[in-house]
Amino acid sequence: MSKVRVLVGTRKGAFVLESDGKREKWDVSGPYFAGWEIYHVKGSPVDPNRLYASQTSGWFGQVLQRSNDGGKTWEAPGGDIKPGPEAMKAGASNKFAYDTSPETGKPLTTHQFYDGTQHPWEFKRVWHLEPSLTDPDTVYAGVEDAALFRSTDGGLTWHEFAGLRGHGTGPKWQPGAGGMCLHTVILDPSNPNRIFIAISAAGAFRSDDGGQTWRPINRGLHSLHIPDPTAEVGHCVHHIAMHPSRPGVLFMQKHWDVMRSDDAGDSWHEVSGNLPTDFGFVIDVHAHEPETIYVVPIKSDGEHYVHEGKLRVYRSRTGGNEWEALTNGLPQSNCYVNVLRDAMAVDSLDSCGVYFGTTGGQVYASADAGDNWAPIVRDLPAVLSVEVQTLP
Amino acid sequence: MIRVALPAHLRTLAHVSGEVELEVEGQATQRSVLDALEARYPMLRGTIRDHVTQERRPFLRFFACEEDLSLEPPDTPLPETVSSGKEPLLIIGAIAGG
Repeated sequence: MSKVRVLVGTRKGAFVLESDGKREKWDVSGPYFAGWEIYHVKGSPVDPNRLYASQTSGWFGQVLQRSNDGGKTWEAPGGDIKPGPEAMKAGASNKFAYDTSPETGKPLTTHQFYDGTQHPWEFKRVWHLEPSLTDPDTVYAGVEDAALFRSTDGGLTWHEFAGLRGHGTGPKWQPGAGGMCLHTVILDPSNPNRIFIAISAAGAFRSDDGGQTWRPINRGLHSLHIPDPTAEVGHCVHHIAMHPSRPGVLFMQKHWDVMRSDDAGDSWHEVSGNLPTDFGFVIDVHAHEPETIYVVPIKSDGEHYVHEGKLRVYRSRTGGNEWEALTNGLPQSNCYVNVLRDAMAVDSLDSCGVYFGTTGGQVYASADAGDNWAPIVRDLPAVLSVEVQTLP
Repeated sequence: MIRVALPAHLRTLAHVSGEVELEVEGQATQRSVLDALEARYPMLRGTIRDHVTQERRPFLRFFACEEDLSLEPPDTPLPETVSSGKEPLLIIGAIAGG
């Protein structure tokens, strides 16, 4: 029977939740990296036992962790203890250095800070890890301050795709409330040269040459809180989702507005429809129905909790505009949690499972595409990210 | 032999318990001790001082012999009691946050 493994990153460690295909009884392991912020944990689609985790701390900076056994044990790549004369041969562990080389890094100087002045790029943390679709040792990292890195040696060494920061609009990018983070990385399964990324608050970008060159893809976005509501960059995109069978169709939860593109981001149109509020962070697509999408509306950007004290997932079976509230098993009074941008995922079992985590520490699961929900765990630290692996 | 006391989270990361003991060639300074520490425990690179600038991370401080050495230049010799191993170099994380 198939199994699912849910990878949960929280403010105080990582947790691994496992169940059989019924998704009724769960084994919970963790915390791993107790006390550290785990922004993201994700497995390789090629080798499901290869996991990557972003372990970060305001005190100690960024640590990259890797597992080769599905999360039972972990190692910091390049962190092997090498006593004696061999010591200095150890690899460069955890090093995310912006490209400042004369050849490729020369245009990369400053971005716009909160107060409108220019500010140098400063690495803070890895927000999102996206393992390659074809090679377990290749993984992409979206970082704060916004940039895209890639490792091709299992996380030992990292190299920036400098063409993203350097394509020309970088000085206009600015941080959102959570920092200037590159939080979304989507690899096109039909075109190995196409990569989508999103940055708060710069917008969405696409590369069609494997990450070497980039261009903004924000036409159609309308953001009232910036000086030019239809600017080329400056939009606070919160998350983007894609169904692998239709890589030209993208769904976006923007700061406000749920958006859709049918031309790989060249243009967007709003599909918020009848949502009670179109502010939110997460958005995801059903594993088998490319027109079925999910969001969790949040009351506003000033009140980062769900609307009316009710935790409701909204599902559209029409690719947007027409939404239904999914509430069975979710608290419908006195609930004031948030669901952060990387904290929703789906499994690919026949009856699609949907999962999300809250800032209140609950991880909810639905084994029937959202019709009914139950908590897997209720009392974890605030959940930062949720990913799911469907295992044979 | 130089003794270094790490914060709890870094002891966990480095898979050590208690103090770390290091052999440092030449003059014992903040820089030479941290070089030796990171060489022995590469997973600690970037966690005490920034990878690129090599500056001490802002929420960490260095103490020895009941004195704050954090603002000393990195190549200043450490006190004799540290270089001789009588006292440890303390790497302390700020008590802040939740």
